[in-house]
Amino acid sequence: MDGTALLYTGITILVIVGFLQSMAGLQIWLERKISASLQDRKGPNRVGPFGLIQPVADGLKFIFKEEMLPAHADKLLYLLAPCIAMATATLAFAVVPFGDTNMPSVGQEHAYQFVIAPKVDIGIVFVFAVSSITVYAIILSGWSSNNKYSFIGGLRSSAQIVSYEIPMGMSILGVVVLSGSLNLERIIERQVHPEHSAWWLWNVVQQPLAFLIFLVSAFAECNRLPFDLPEAEQELVGGYHTEYSALKFGMFYLGEYTHMVTTSFLMAILFFGGWHFPLLAEPWSPWFLKVLVFALKMGAFIFLYMLIRWTIPRFRFDQLMGLAWKVLIPMAMVYLLCVMGVVELDKQLGWTASAWLLLPASAAILVGTAAIGLRMPQPPLKRTPLGDGRAAELNTV
Amino acid sequence: MPIAEKDVHWIPEPKIGLADKLYLPAILQGVQTTMRHFFGPKITQEYPEVRPILPPNYRGVHRLNRDEQGRVKCVACYMCSTACPAHCIDIVAAPAPWPDREKYPETFVIDELRCIYCGMCEQACPCDAIELTSVFELTGTSREEMMFDKEKLLSLFDKTVQGGKDPVRTRSGTLSIASEPPP
Repeated sequence: MDGTALLYTGITILVIVGFLQSMAGLQIWLERKISASLQDRKGPNRVGPFGLIQPVADGLKFIFKEEMLPAHADKLLYLLAPCIAMATATLAFAVVPFGDTNMPSVGQEHAYQFVIAPKVDIGIVFVFAVSSITVYAIILSGWSSNNKYSFIGGLRSSAQIVSYEIPMGMSILGVVVLSGSLNLERIIERQVHPEHSAWWLWNVVQQPLAFLIFLVSAFAECNRLPFDLPEAEQELVGGYHTEYSALKFGMFYLGEYTHMVTTSFLMAILFFGGWHFPLLAEPWSPWFLKVLVFALKMGAFIFLYMLIRWTIPRFRFDQLMGLAWKVLIPMAMVYLLCVMGVVELDKQLGWTASAWLLLPASAAILVGTAAIGLRMPQPPLKRTPLGDGRAAELNTV
Repeated sequence: MPIAEKDVHWIPEPKIGLADKLYLPAILQGVQTTMRHFFGPKITQEYPEVRPILPPNYRGVHRLNRDEQGRVKCVACYMCSTACPAHCIDIVAAPAPWPDREKYPETFVIDELRCIYCGMCEQACPCDAIELTSVFELTGTSREEMMFDKEKLLSLFDKTVQGGKDPVRTRSGTLSIASEPPP
């Protein structure tokens, strides 16, 4: 690697780390503003214009608060957990492009690549591998705090994240198989027509079901409502970070919000054409338009995160696990079969437009799953008699 | 006392159709509701800049009313301090210097920190001498400062009576039977 490239990479890393940290701050502000708006309030508006300096005030509060180290905690693991949470979330961003990259098909070669580590051929696998280490942060913090609420939060989280990794990984297989690459830059490239603007190449058009499964799994992976059981305040005080205070608590927050940024970028890359937007950001457009479009797409997904948070109530734990194992995983499996069939059609018959078959297949799988769910035997309604009868029943249990 | 079996109405679980089982229509409906609130009017009042609209029966700080000659209207009958559930009113009565009543309050102190603003003093007062105003911004730097004496309470009357929000409620000026002028 020559000196210029090294310098570029160094600057990019600095900018990206700064960007992720300030995005976390901005998201705290957004979260508070949007929550307020959805509850007919105005939200923070005193610190700076529109309350924009509020995250700085929140951050300063984190820094100046007392650092508590519980006497009964496992010191090493207790201190390690927030570091893992933040480090893995930041590290996962290394291969995620945030703007224009080389497009060999168009014959474009740029000196500067809008990604920290360009040309990583295992891109998406790297993101998944690193971001699933986050579960260690949650388990370790829950275990080392030596607190039953933290522990239950950590337990729930480990079960939840391990379960939702599977449908998440399977949902992108369709995209990966049809793109023929795990490289995120290549996946974007496939969704962009080199000569004229074409919105129908976006993966979400052909594969809405994959996007749906990925979206639901991403919500669960980020511990966002309606799947925020690890930190269900009403049941578990604070969940796995009950015992954490000051900057260590802030690091968990930072990790969580960085994870949201990464998954938002991934959704934009995998299903919404990355930096591409018809007529606005095409391969021949200037680079800043592409970066802007990319950022706006990410912002839209973050807004969706916050919108859903105030729309759907939290799932019960058995419903949460049921959704992953009984609904999403079978759906993803059947869907994967369809993708393989489509690829075979392409190979055997040379039927190039066969990927469009995935659209009716998606609809059929979704409706079919719902129909099967309707036919499932329902648990019998239990009608316990009141009065003495109820007491007797309680005694027998 | 157990609930009788005949008083219990079992409501069956609603039948779930295909549209409900798909989840998505219901979620979209929910998003519609949240979006309506997102763009809807906000109920926040930005307090120091925007003054709150108080209901007419709002119970704020007390005041001691004056009669039309500018004297304190109170006749030191102790009804308010007897009615007060928080025991925050302290009155020292003295023979009135005026012919129309027997007693008047030499000192009249309300501990505004102890007061629970229930308005029972106002109800108990036979000659409408004590009233609660709509003044709610009550601050002080010490506990002593929050013991409002007769002069302070009378000055509150002077401040609030012209404002329009706190008119003297009834029988302005005339004393009631509780004054019992000496024969």
